[in-house]
Amino acid sequence: MPELQVIPATQLEASSPYELRVDGARDLPEPDVRAAVASGDMGFLHSFTTGSAVDGPGIRVVAWTSGCMWRCRYCHNPDTWKMTNGLPVSVTQAATQLRKYRRGLKSMAGGLTISGGEPLMQHRFVLKVFAAAREMGVHTALDTNGYYGERVTDSELQGIDLVLLDLKTWDRDRHMHLVGMDNAPTHAFARRLGELKRPVWVRYVLVPWLTDDPDDLARTAEFAAGLGVVERVDVLPFHQMGRSKWHRLGIEYTLDNAQPPTVEAVERACDIFRRVGLKAF
Amino acid sequence: MTVSVSQDRKTDTGAAWDGFQSGLWQKEINVRDFIQQNYESYDGDGSFLKPATARTTQIWTKLTAMFVEERKTGVLDVSQIPSSITAHAPGYIDRENEVIVGLQTEAPLKRAIMPNGGFRLVVNALKAFGYEPDPNVVETFTKYRKTHNDAVFDAYTADVRRCRSSHVLTGLPDAYGRGRIIGDYRRVALYGVDRLIQRKKEEKNDLDLLPSSDDVIRDREELAEQTRALGELKKMAAAYGFDISKPARTAREAVQWLYFGYLAGVKEQNGAAMSLGRTSTFLDIYFARDLANGTLTEETAQEIVDDFVIKLRIVRFLRTPEYDELFAGDPTWVTESIGGMGDDGRSLVTKTSFRFLQTLYNLGPAPEPNLTIWYSPNLPDGFRRFAAQVAIDTSALQFESDETMRRAWGDDGAVACCVSPMLLGKQMQFFGARANLAKCLLYAINGGRDEISGDQVGPASPAVQGELLDFDDVLEKFDRMMGWLAGVYVNAMNIIHYMHDKYAYERIEMALHDYAPLRTMAFGMAGMSVVADSLSAIKYAKVRVVRDATGLVTDYQTEGTFPMFGNNDNRVDQLATWVVTTFMNKLRKHPTYRNAVHTQSILTITSNVVYGKATGNTPDGRRRGEPFAPGANPMHGRDSHGIHAAAASVAKIPYRDAADGISLTASMVPQGLGRVAEDRVTNLTAILDTYFGSTGYHMNVNVLNRDTLLDAVEHPEKYPSLTIRVSGYAVNFVRLTREQQMDVINRTFHGAPANA
Repeated sequence: MPELQVIPATQLEASSPYELRVDGARDLPEPDVRAAVASGDMGFLHSFTTGSAVDGPGIRVVAWTSGCMWRCRYCHNPDTWKMTNGLPVSVTQAATQLRKYRRGLKSMAGGLTISGGEPLMQHRFVLKVFAAAREMGVHTALDTNGYYGERVTDSELQGIDLVLLDLKTWDRDRHMHLVGMDNAPTHAFARRLGELKRPVWVRYVLVPWLTDDPDDLARTAEFAAGLGVVERVDVLPFHQMGRSKWHRLGIEYTLDNAQPPTVEAVERACDIFRRVGLKAF
Repeated sequence: MTVSVSQDRKTDTGAAWDGFQSGLWQKEINVRDFIQQNYESYDGDGSFLKPATARTTQIWTKLTAMFVEERKTGVLDVSQIPSSITAHAPGYIDRENEVIVGLQTEAPLKRAIMPNGGFRLVVNALKAFGYEPDPNVVETFTKYRKTHNDAVFDAYTADVRRCRSSHVLTGLPDAYGRGRIIGDYRRVALYGVDRLIQRKKEEKNDLDLLPSSDDVIRDREELAEQTRALGELKKMAAAYGFDISKPARTAREAVQWLYFGYLAGVKEQNGAAMSLGRTSTFLDIYFARDLANGTLTEETAQEIVDDFVIKLRIVRFLRTPEYDELFAGDPTWVTESIGGMGDDGRSLVTKTSFRFLQTLYNLGPAPEPNLTIWYSPNLPDGFRRFAAQVAIDTSALQFESDETMRRAWGDDGAVACCVSPMLLGKQMQFFGARANLAKCLLYAINGGRDEISGDQVGPASPAVQGELLDFDDVLEKFDRMMGWLAGVYVNAMNIIHYMHDKYAYERIEMALHDYAPLRTMAFGMAGMSVVADSLSAIKYAKVRVVRDATGLVTDYQTEGTFPMFGNNDNRVDQLATWVVTTFMNKLRKHPTYRNAVHTQSILTITSNVVYGKATGNTPDGRRRGEPFAPGANPMHGRDSHGIHAAAASVAKIPYRDAADGISLTASMVPQGLGRVAEDRVTNLTAILDTYFGSTGYHMNVNVLNRDTLLDAVEHPEKYPSLTIRVSGYAVNFVRLTREQQMDVINRTFHGAPANA
């Protein structure tokens, strides 16, 4: 395994998840990128924020990793697809930042959420950061699509307080069309979480015409209810705030003219989940 | 000669004190003791509250129509009778139906002139609103009666004048009433005026024993004036049909007596901030007694509070357009301090604390009275959640740290204006607006020359040499320039307050204080985050200066990145705290009028816009004319790591060097607090608990969408009562100038994308 030569002293300066971030690790040699991923001592982050009330319980620090294997048509952060778009950040740096918020996170019943991108593309880094968080007494939440769920052992899963599981759509063909990859690994991961009794919040992005088919939603709802560990479902209405990113990156945006769902449509989707006994918002 | 406590005292009060627990408060003027012995702390939620009665709604509707008229011209009507406690005949909104009576003049929203503060100002204001000054009044105040404004300018030094013209000092109360004095109006209700007159006479008689130095002579005269003012207060109440010589006997009387005290204050003075005090817990004692003996129901109790608050909402002063630029939206800062903990560990939250907040639903949101929660994580859950809900629903509340203020000033403190606490009836503030520290930094770079006019305003000293700004060099120059500015500032304040005492003394407000109150001299700082970011740029990036033909530095080119205030980064946060502490220490070096204790606030009202206009390009990248951030806020958009980080930065400002208050205005989109309504209350409460459980001092809370504000700019008629908190006060959004509105809209909205 190649040794990590130098960890750059990155200044994770003022940035927001809504900003476009590209080539953050452009100057890092390719071997170092691979070494980082292999050891987990360094990761690539798009941005982080404090004070989020929509990424898990309470008010949270959220870090978004860069690098995602999926290509969801409705992604609002396509600049997170490429890992080297993010900034290299060491575990130590991440822990140092987190430590500043430790007291506040406790009193706000919040914690640390790692989202992205797909965090499990850098699972060793993510697990090391979570270990540091745990040591500080900070609640941990992983926001993942579950595709690389197998990379995390049972015992490592026991160490993560909450999984925010992103379910996209039930039907396999539809999933391929929407995301570019299969949903079977995600479902396997979900079942594992159920068996291990790990708390789960489901996140479902509602896109009119693409992910709002009632039968399809019902299958997803039944599946989720069947796991026995889903505490809550968040139906997230599609929005167009990421549109300019697609344009600026020069990627074809098939949802350029798509509309957000109506308030009623979101309620209908929530009802489908509620009908099988789940709390949905 | 002292007056002994005798049986007469008991019969004098009659039934007024029946049912009250005895204590020190009967033997001496001690409202705090009365409260501590008698109040009932309330731990429940707001489910007991009642909506507005038809009577209340009818009166408020009548007034709302008048507000619309008033907004057309800015002023509904003017009275040219120079205002005093007894100058105007009684006035009513709807005589048959008012539960609490009393207006500043003989008609609602009719504004009186108050020439003692400055006559030129009165003339300017009258003319600005289309009124021709009454020749008799003109003659009186130009020939026979000197005013505060005239006197201050007689005594101003050249230095002070230069600093005013260049706007490195602005907003000084040399042309308007200084405010920041809170009479303990509760005393009127608890004791009746006769007892208060008696006490003033005792205080004055005690001075007979002292040799007649300047200070003692002035004190004797002030006490005589205070006594006279108390007599006028009785006369004013008598004109409304009330004998307030004796204590109030019911809740309605308590509110009426208290309000009469406050009303006399706003008839005598037009101070910028005419705050109410900490009345809700006090009044609850009377409400509880009447509810217990069946003379009031919850509906009628709420109705009294609603009518009282209606009166507080219609306090009006005649101001010049220049004043309105500094203090937009007709603020009066009728600040009511609600809640808080007692020193003995009991919460001071009562049902009347809830009733005051309920007026925001019963009458709709409004900026006045300036409802201020003395917040502690130890307050009961029910109240904390209710207050958070009200903040989310109305964006009309501000929260301040009970822990910090109580430790400094005690559990009977009240906030004056926006963020400035003092012990009620025992302390007063000499208000001093603020100094432009960003411009002071530019003076340091330019050897004392103003970056816009080129004039030598500061002391001639070496300007920076070469192209690249050196941090140590700039810091040393800045330190010396702050020293100079502090000296001029103290000078100006001493002159202002000497003259204000002499020509526009707050007789009735001071009559409701103990003799010899503690005085603080309340300085202020604007541009703190501009300075912090500028110093950070110089230290961590490369800043090159750009000079004009005369060698004056007028612009900066910055290469590289630097940490910015508002992201919980100590590298820059420490620069902010350094500026605050350093300037405070410079101020402390200079003796003050009447030995007032130096304090400082980091608070700007809307003068952040005015100051920005007067300040050139700064090294942090801010362009000439762009507004500063309000108060202690990070500069707009630079706090991009979320509200926890932004609040953490501001919480580092040391209160001991900013004891007049530190203002943070937090704007959040509703979604930023959570997707579900109940979560939002929980999360906001959690944020407040964390901020005020640590060293956070103050938070204005706005919960609204930027889109709503943009819509309100285009269609103000759709949003007549849209209330928003700006630095340290709340304002009706549609009454701001477009520039001020855009300033608010450009602020960071936590939880929203930067350019959505």
